[in-house]
Amino acid sequence: MDINEIIKPENLVYDKSAVLNDDVMHYCPGCTHGVVHKIMAELIEEMGLQEKTVGIAPVGCAVFAYNYIDIDWQEAAHGRAPAVATGVARLHPDNFVFTYQGDGDLASIGTAEIMHACNRGENILVIFINNGIYGMTGGQMAPTTLEGMVTSTTPNGRNVDLNGYPMKITNLIAQLPGTSYVTRQAAHTANAARKLKRSLKKAIQNVLDKKGTSFVEVVSTCNSGWKMTPVAANNWMTENMLPYYPLGDMKDSEKGEHSEN
Amino acid sequence: MGEVRLMKGNEVLAEAAIRCGCDGYFGYPITPQSEVMETLMARQPWNETGMVVLQAESEVASINMVYGAAGSGKKVMTSSSSPGVSLMAEGISYIAGAELPCLLVNVQRGGPGLGTIQPSQADYFQSVKGGGHGDYKLIVLAPSSVQEMNDFVNLGFELAFKYRNPAMILADGAIGQMMEKVELADFKPRRTNEEIEAECGDWATLGKPKSRKKNIVTSLEMDSDIMEANNLRFQEKYKKLEEEEVRYEAIQCDDADFVLVAFGTSSRVCQKAVEIARAKGLKVGLLRPITLYPFPKKIIKELARKAQGFLSVEMSAGQMVEDIKLSVYEAGSNARVDYFGRMGGIIPSPNEVVEALEDKFSWELSYGVKRSY
Repeated sequence: MDINEIIKPENLVYDKSAVLNDDVMHYCPGCTHGVVHKIMAELIEEMGLQEKTVGIAPVGCAVFAYNYIDIDWQEAAHGRAPAVATGVARLHPDNFVFTYQGDGDLASIGTAEIMHACNRGENILVIFINNGIYGMTGGQMAPTTLEGMVTSTTPNGRNVDLNGYPMKITNLIAQLPGTSYVTRQAAHTANAARKLKRSLKKAIQNVLDKKGTSFVEVVSTCNSGWKMTPVAANNWMTENMLPYYPLGDMKDSEKGEHSEN
Repeated sequence: MGEVRLMKGNEVLAEAAIRCGCDGYFGYPITPQSEVMETLMARQPWNETGMVVLQAESEVASINMVYGAAGSGKKVMTSSSSPGVSLMAEGISYIAGAELPCLLVNVQRGGPGLGTIQPSQADYFQSVKGGGHGDYKLIVLAPSSVQEMNDFVNLGFELAFKYRNPAMILADGAIGQMMEKVELADFKPRRTNEEIEAECGDWATLGKPKSRKKNIVTSLEMDSDIMEANNLRFQEKYKKLEEEEVRYEAIQCDDADFVLVAFGTSSRVCQKAVEIARAKGLKVGLLRPITLYPFPKKIIKELARKAQGFLSVEMSAGQMVEDIKLSVYEAGSNARVDYFGRMGGIIPSPNEVVEALEDKFSWELSYGVKRSY
């Protein structure tokens, strides 16, 4: 088959979503953000939501999410994205509002905001990128950093006597009756990315159906912060992160129901 | 004549918000301003005008809800008192940096720290000099009556949208808690989606139609040249505010040898002090800044040509006195500027003010001329 035949539109098997623009991403090669951005752009396009979507960008590497996904965005202060999303969603109940937050943002400085937004059952989607580290500031310990894990502020490994325990905040979120769908996914393999897309699609549909807060954790890598190659980081994540943060749905119910887990 | 009622300052803030077509209020309880949200919740404006009222989990959250809602083009507000406003400082800085219009209310109480629930004016610096991080200014309105609590809600929103800048009503516990006769404004409908689109469509996050580029509400800029240009644009805006939006009230200042300068509750005390001093034969006037930022520099410079002295009367350790000194200095006048005030939630009495004037300006009062150094 010659090249002109291959590139004919009818022979196209895959195309980048038009909602994801062509700007060169600042994310490191191997970073999970790129995959999650791509999936969100695809879903916004496939579900016809570009004109009613408002994204809330966090502080951290994903602060520049607004550069890549072609929708209206607000950039929130560190940890405050759920409050900002509340303001947008309450005043524009017909819009689809989502936050995109890292583990330092959501599970440390923004703990109060995420708990209460979920507890109120705000009609928003929360995407929680958990890579166990503060990536943008240079690889410091996050609340989700595993025991013994070396970071720039735990050079001898996380010591639970000194630093406390890695926080499974998604399990806490699942307890809150304001949430309807709480799941933990990953994006390190093609299969995981497909599952993640299905989860995000369900979560978005829940928000459109006004079922309360949907919360999707993505166990992620930060190969630069972890000082590993992308492949090694994926392997390390599979071997170390996934046993502590196992994948799967924690809650799939109606708003107002308590989780038993 | 509009509807006249006897109301608390805090209650009037709520009523005025509903009547001026406010889209949303986000707040957190704190004395002495909790009646604002209580009144709104009792009034249930969502049934009447569609206004959203939400009790947030903290002042940190409420100011960020304001940020989100204001960023989506809506007319929204919050209210708090001093410790709560300190918590909001981060969010206010982001709002100013993203150039969003909104209304903030600080019903001040005494500090520092948890301080006292009694009235104070000690958040003057925090309000007029920025308060949070970075170079920014708020439009600061200082009501001295329940009527002005009513009037400044609408005025605050108008100025906020005109300049795309947060506006603040800087009241105190006395103005918030006291009851007075107030003429309420007539009901104004909330803006329609079409009106919001027309007014804010080029910057607000309303959802991106095919016809325009995405709108991004942010205060972040990594390119220093652009960030400096942004800052210069903010400074231009503040300069325009200083040129066009100064508001004040001058009472018996025309022939005044001595000018009391006071805002809010202390200005009411000073009105009586002017009467007492005049009865004693002293030519005393009162300048009441209504906008604390932009500060009424020009009128102070004019008065400084003639007056022998200015006495800044404040319920703080002396904050506004610095701005008066700057204005007098800029006028090249040798009029003397002094301060008298009480703290800890104590409101000075009119007689105390007159005594302080006689004490601090005894030289000028004895010789009848400006003291030179």
